[in-house]
Amino acid sequence: MTDDIITIEIDGRTLQARKGQTVIQVADEAGIHIPRFCYHKKLSVAANCRMCLVEMEKAPKPVAACATPVMAGMKIKTRSEQAREAQKGVMEFLLINHPLDCPICDQGGECELQDLALGYGKDVSRFTEAKRVVFDEDIGPLVSTDMTRCIHCTRCVRFGEEIAGLRELGATGRGENMRIGTYVKKAMASELSGNVIDVCPVGALNNKPYRFSARTWELSQHAVISPHDCVGSNFYLHTLRGKVQRAVPRENEAINETWLADRDRFSCHGIYSEQRIAQPQLKERGKWRKVSWDEAIEVTVERLQSVIASRGSETIGALISPSATLEEHYLFQCLLRGIGSSNIDHRLQQCDFSHDETMPVAPWLGMDLNAVENLQAVLIVGGNPRKDQPLLGHRLRKAALRGAAIMYVNHRAYDLNHLAEQYLAATCDDLVIQLAAIAKALMQKTNRAVPDALQGLLEQVEVDEQQKTIAENLHKADRALVLIGSQASLSPLYSYIVALSHCIASLASVSFGTIHIGANATGACLAGALPHRKVAGTADEQPGLSAHKMLQSARRAYLLFNVEPELEAWDTATAHRAMHEAEAIIAISNFASPTMREYADILLPLASFAETDGTYINAEGRWQSFTAAAKIQDDAQPGWKILRLLADRLNVSDLAFNSAAAISKVLREQCRNVVLNNTVANIKLPQHDFSAHNRRLQRIADIPIYSTDAVVRRSLPLQQTIDGMEADKASIHPQTAAEYKLETSEYVSVTQNGNTIEFSLQLNEAIPEGCIWIGLGVPGTEALGPAFGDIEVSAS
Amino acid sequence: MIEKVILDQQTVLPSEVLAKIDKHIAKFPPEHKRSAMIGALTVVQHFNKGYLTVALMDAVADYLDMPEIAVYEVASFYSMFETEEVGENSISVCTNVSCMLRGADAILHHIENRLGIQVGQSTEDGKFYLKQEEECLAACCNAPMMQINHEYYENLTPEKVDEILDQFK
Repeated sequence: MTDDIITIEIDGRTLQARKGQTVIQVADEAGIHIPRFCYHKKLSVAANCRMCLVEMEKAPKPVAACATPVMAGMKIKTRSEQAREAQKGVMEFLLINHPLDCPICDQGGECELQDLALGYGKDVSRFTEAKRVVFDEDIGPLVSTDMTRCIHCTRCVRFGEEIAGLRELGATGRGENMRIGTYVKKAMASELSGNVIDVCPVGALNNKPYRFSARTWELSQHAVISPHDCVGSNFYLHTLRGKVQRAVPRENEAINETWLADRDRFSCHGIYSEQRIAQPQLKERGKWRKVSWDEAIEVTVERLQSVIASRGSETIGALISPSATLEEHYLFQCLLRGIGSSNIDHRLQQCDFSHDETMPVAPWLGMDLNAVENLQAVLIVGGNPRKDQPLLGHRLRKAALRGAAIMYVNHRAYDLNHLAEQYLAATCDDLVIQLAAIAKALMQKTNRAVPDALQGLLEQVEVDEQQKTIAENLHKADRALVLIGSQASLSPLYSYIVALSHCIASLASVSFGTIHIGANATGACLAGALPHRKVAGTADEQPGLSAHKMLQSARRAYLLFNVEPELEAWDTATAHRAMHEAEAIIAISNFASPTMREYADILLPLASFAETDGTYINAEGRWQSFTAAAKIQDDAQPGWKILRLLADRLNVSDLAFNSAAAISKVLREQCRNVVLNNTVANIKLPQHDFSAHNRRLQRIADIPIYSTDAVVRRSLPLQQTIDGMEADKASIHPQTAAEYKLETSEYVSVTQNGNTIEFSLQLNEAIPEGCIWIGLGVPGTEALGPAFGDIEVSAS
Repeated sequence: MIEKVILDQQTVLPSEVLAKIDKHIAKFPPEHKRSAMIGALTVVQHFNKGYLTVALMDAVADYLDMPEIAVYEVASFYSMFETEEVGENSISVCTNVSCMLRGADAILHHIENRLGIQVGQSTEDGKFYLKQEEECLAACCNAPMMQINHEYYENLTPEKVDEILDQFK
């Protein structure tokens, strides 16, 4: 260890440095600031801006601090006359072609060039010739371009290649004609593309939706947690007079490093959608009437009490978003259980609940996020973290770049940004059979026993070379993970997937992880937002109905907490019908779509994720609390306050909390003995005949990246991205298209459960033959049936 | 003569072009296949009668397993690659110091008059492109000189230039 430490001197200070570090890294650690543009601690060293020139003793001329490795006894001067002169010279060159448009530039006030020009620039320019002008390209709805301002640091180019894994920007041309761009007209497709806004040291690449809406120095900054996926990225919301203007990442090396997914960055542009509910409203004879909170709560209580009195409390169903806060999950389930109903669930997208009793207390990644990048083998079942949890996908990509074998078993192939093997299963049966074969291959290799429930299935399957390879990869790795992705729960055979994935992980003696949709599924489970479990996983002696069951056997009344069941439920048509047939629908929600206004009876406006205090528990089991960033819109109220008020009026005791923090404190106390653990013991599996072959066309589904929740669905910039625009297309393999005479059609009529909807059709080889892919959570799919199942198509 | 082919994005490069690219690939270790890019682009440009299209560059990117933008970067950086349509035979007359002292300007004017175009233009029949050459072409010993389709013609006189250009009729 001591061999690796050397001593160097910077500006007269003696510093310890590790071999292989560069001068700028050591200086940064010691708090000595060296000016720079192209250097970025997360990107490779380009050394092309020359701004970090410093004087090195015994060197004939200044050296670039970012590209000079430390050597024992090295003496660096960052502010000597020679260094200052070199830095000022570079600045003068950089400013030759940089426009003097700071007053109208959105980067003004947070611009690295502007800041450094103050310290290193001259007050008068000696350059009298014409400056170069570069025409801007349209690179999509998220990032604006003002390429005349570009100083060619190439951070954005390196970001694309090294972090996003998708090289979209490049430096074309040479000399004065060099420019950064895409060369051909195209929009950036990366799910991390917004990060080029942050890495750009000047105003060349900026936040397009935020553009011209505020000056940086007018904004106030509030730390929040991502409300969209189980990574729990840390970021700041910037507000102007209480209104959210934009989102920027907050560095947390253990979670999101310095990055932020586009979904987290741009979802805030959905908060102020026209569909936002401004005031409590009641429907009377088909007409909406705005009312006071007092009246709304009074009517809500009356409605619930009349249903309880006439039909019993078990006829009330309650659905809550998996992205609600921990405090909301907790109060929600307390309220429902307090009035005698355990029909509570946050798992709308799931339909197989047969293993509920034996499931772990809460889904857990099985390890810390930063441990993922050091894995040697990963088997992902049912999911594509690149799009589902983009910054988990980033960690996986890092592992892949370090040589890890990444394997996917999915119902479709995904466009990945790293090397991986993708194994496709057309039907849900197929997927289970593939997993069973992997388990069998491992069983044969390790001579270990498998759970009784799986023995019969394993006897039926045959192992092929592919499955042996997967088994071998997992078996030989010291650090490996079997991960059930967040799309797996859509499968009607989810319990088999859980049982087999767990079996594979234990046979191979590797880690086992489960991740769910939404920001707080782990929190929802711990808080007891489940029909069969109360807080901290304690069993409910009178378990209620799961989300799917309570929609299938329609309830008299539903309490909806920031969900749109007609889009988010596994069987959207059934959910839609249940909503329409119920006597009372009480929606506590950010937004009301026209569909919701048709079926709902009471709308209670809910504060958005930016306007409430709360806690999210991420996939690692990390509790992260945040406080409200923005002023509440109009007459909305934070979820915990609404629920507390309802509880009070419904005479549910012990919920008189005065703050979100007080609620999470109580919960923390109740959960103090919970150790997250994914072990599945004595799993019960439903009877299923795997030998039956269904030859009919099957629908397969997943939840597209920008269809995950209500606010994302309403963020216009996200919906205009390539991913956003592809979401509402039906995709089919060209071969299958030919079979159904669809190969030349632009549109397709799809019939499920007797309902027919038209989709624009995309031929896509990523979809297995015999299937058609239609996303879940996509507006326009309300009348369709189950996410997986028989479907009919015809050209239209 | 090979017919001029404009490839669309779906089309792969013809086998005779790929065979030539393979020779360049063979010069480098397999993991550094992308090093063959300049060779590959040269082959493709000659095949396409003097210039590259986006579709052709995409095809090279695909064949060498690299991002398309990386090919655009190289093709737009080096002056011997044309990314816009130009005449079939590219003429570059060196006008750098040695050639200039040996009468390169007269050679250049002679070619301009003969073809009826200025430096930087292509003839109307699309036969010739008189390229703006910025740098010394490294044949000072036999100045003045010119390049046609990247081949060298040296010790030029106006008469000799006529003879050479006649061969391209």
